[in-house]
Formats: sequence, structure tokens, C-alpha cells
Amino acid sequence: MAEHKNYKEQILRISGVNPLKCMRCGKCSGTCPSYDEMEYHPHQFVYMVETGDIEPLMESKSLYKCLTCFACVDRCPRNVEPAKLVEAVRLMVIRQQGQNHMKPDDIPAQVDEDTPQQLLMSALRKYSK
Amino acid sequence: MNVSYFPGCTLKTKAKELDVYARRCAEVLGVTLEEIENWQCCGGVFSTAKDEIASKLSSVRALTEARDKNQPLVTVCSACHNVIKQTNHAMANDADFALRANTYTGEPYNGETEVLHYLELLRDVVGWDKVKAAVKNPLTGKKIGAYYGCLLLRPGKVMAMDDVENPTILEDFIRAIGAEPVVYAMRNECCGGYVTLEDKALAKKKSSAVLENAAAMGAEMVVTACPLCMYNLKKNGGCDLPVVYLTALLAEALGLTDATHGCKEENNG
Repeated sequence: MAEHKNYKEQILRISGVNPLKCMRCGKCSGTCPSYDEMEYHPHQFVYMVETGDIEPLMESKSLYKCLTCFACVDRCPRNVEPAKLVEAVRLMVIRQQGQNHMKPDDIPAQVDEDTPQQLLMSALRKYSK
Repeated sequence: MNVSYFPGCTLKTKAKELDVYARRCAEVLGVTLEEIENWQCCGGVFSTAKDEIASKLSSVRALTEARDKNQPLVTVCSACHNVIKQTNHAMANDADFALRANTYTGEPYNGETEVLHYLELLRDVVGWDKVKAAVKNPLTGKKIGAYYGCLLLRPGKVMAMDDVENPTILEDFIRAIGAEPVVYAMRNECCGGYVTLEDKALAKKKSSAVLENAAAMGAEMVVTACPLCMYNLKKNGGCDLPVVYLTALLAEALGLTDATHGCKEENNG
């Protein structure tokens, strides 16, 4: 349990988010372009971080479906900024030794002649350390 | 006037049109884009983590150089603009981040530089009237859908370019070059972004929703400032609606090239 508490503290510190501001309206999930692809949706990230139920989030592929489009950040009526929590939980995972979600060696198979450098940079920044 | 300019990695490779036409059009409009010396890649995405410092230093260095030259820093790529503007905001408003970043660079910087997207340069520095006056080849009757995507507008309180849910800057640009803007609901929704690298199905769903909506509202083409939006809409949009860079359209309107024709060919190729 102590370890769980530590996760929560780290996530709150890294993200700067206060999940207690959430009034559970669900608008973040309603506007999320990756909603269908996510096991845990933005509003669940907020609630689960608040309650310290963080390991399921760390194990979920949902971490890699967030597009960082900031729709949930801008459309939250309470300025909770759920995307920052998703980012913080993902960093908790990929900052661990050997936990990169994507490695440079994985990239060539995904590239075609038109792939912009911006895409490779963005994916590496989001998926690996 | 001269402004500092951060082209970014993709504008030197897959999106040369954005870079070349941006410079040529700016010259016609009386602005010289002075490329930042030895600029480094912005990283493509801004990390919202407060303890993520090193990945933002290339932006800090570019911002510091512009400050030292007493110039605004102009970008064309939506991603570079987003990363640099958010970094600048953090340098001005997050003392802990600024202290750590400044310790790396050794050169005190606190967010003094004005960060402008090319569209803001046109609107706020050049002015739409001057753009209109410079148009030699108005795109009269052309129905163009503005595609903002995410990065130009959000987060709204940081990017502060326009109304985040009802923007007009791209529509004003389309009017300035003599064409007719087509407003559609999906214009500020995500194309699928970098997730396309490992989840093509998601990118197809998102990009096709954008293009189908634009086409349904009568757009004959869609304009973007972002190379990743361009890639997703063209590769994953599932629709032959042409997608063009805003600088290419501007170049065509200013009589510098038949840019839309070139882009169409490229779309089909």
C-alpha cells in the first residue's frame, strides 16, 4: 500500500494535477478521440489516480492511445487537465529500466516513403525514454 | 522587418513546400525569415510533465537566440509551434522549470520572446489587408476547408492564437487569398497524430472523419499547417479530397507558383 501511495504522490507531482477538482461530468471522455480504443478512459484516469488505484493504469495499453490532442484539457469545465495524468502515469512506466514501449529498432517496419520526421520524433518522445 | 525563424526537422525533409513557400511569400510581404543558427529538433510533442527538462532545451535555446536578437520567433509547423510556445509559457510561468532549464543552458531566459505562428505573422504583423493587396492570382470560387487539428489551438490558454472552439484565423486567411472558407465541425478534432505509427486503424477512423465531414460540407480541398496532419489525411483519410499546405496556397495566390496543382499531383502520386 505504501508503494501505491508513492505512485500517487509522484503522479501528482509530475503532472501538477489536482484530481479532487473533478466533478465527474465525464466530458473529458466524451470528447476523447481515442475513447473507443481505451480500456480506461480519461475520467477513469482521474478517479483512479485520486483513489490510488494506479497499477491497473500502469499495466494498460490505454497509456499509449492518448493522442496528446489536449481536447480533454481544454474542454474540462473544472480545469482538471486529464491528459497530464495520462502523461504522468505513462512516464512512471517508461522511465523504468527496460520499459520503453517503442524502441528505435521497431521503427523501420512502420515507416513508408512519406512518413514525416515529426511522426517518428513524436512517437519516440511519447513511447520511450 | 526581420524575424527569427525555426523551420524544424520535417520542413527540411518531407515538407519542404512549407519551408520554401513560407520564406518566399514572407519576402513578398516585406518580412525576412532569419533562420535560427544551429537549431535542434523541437521533439515533436510537448511533454506536460513538470520534471521533464532536457527535452525542452532545444526550444529554450531557440527562444533565447530570438530574445537576444530582439525578434519574435516564427514557426510554420504546428508541432514546432506548439512545443516552442508551451515551453515559452513554462519558462515565463513555472519558476522551478525555468530555474532548471536555465541551469542547463547557463543563459538566463524567462519567456521574454514573442512566439508567432506564420498565420499570426500574417494576421498580426503583416495584416490581412496587406495580404489581400499582394494577391495576384486570387483563388476565386475555390471552396477550402480549414483544418486546424489540435496543435495550433490547444491548450487554448497557452496557445492563445484564436477562439479555441470557434477559430477564424484560417478562414480569414482563405478569404484573404480570394477563396471561400468552408466551415465544418471536425476542423479542430485530431487526425490520429503519432498513434498512426502503431495503430493505423485509429488514424484511419480519425482522418476519414475529418475529410468526410469537410467534403460533406462542400469543401473542394483542405488546408493544413501540420506535416503530420498532412500525412494522416493523405494516407489514412480514405478520400481523394486534396490536402494542401497553407504556404503553398499563399504562394499560388501571390503568383509565385501553381502550388495547388503541384500538391494535387503529389497527392495522387
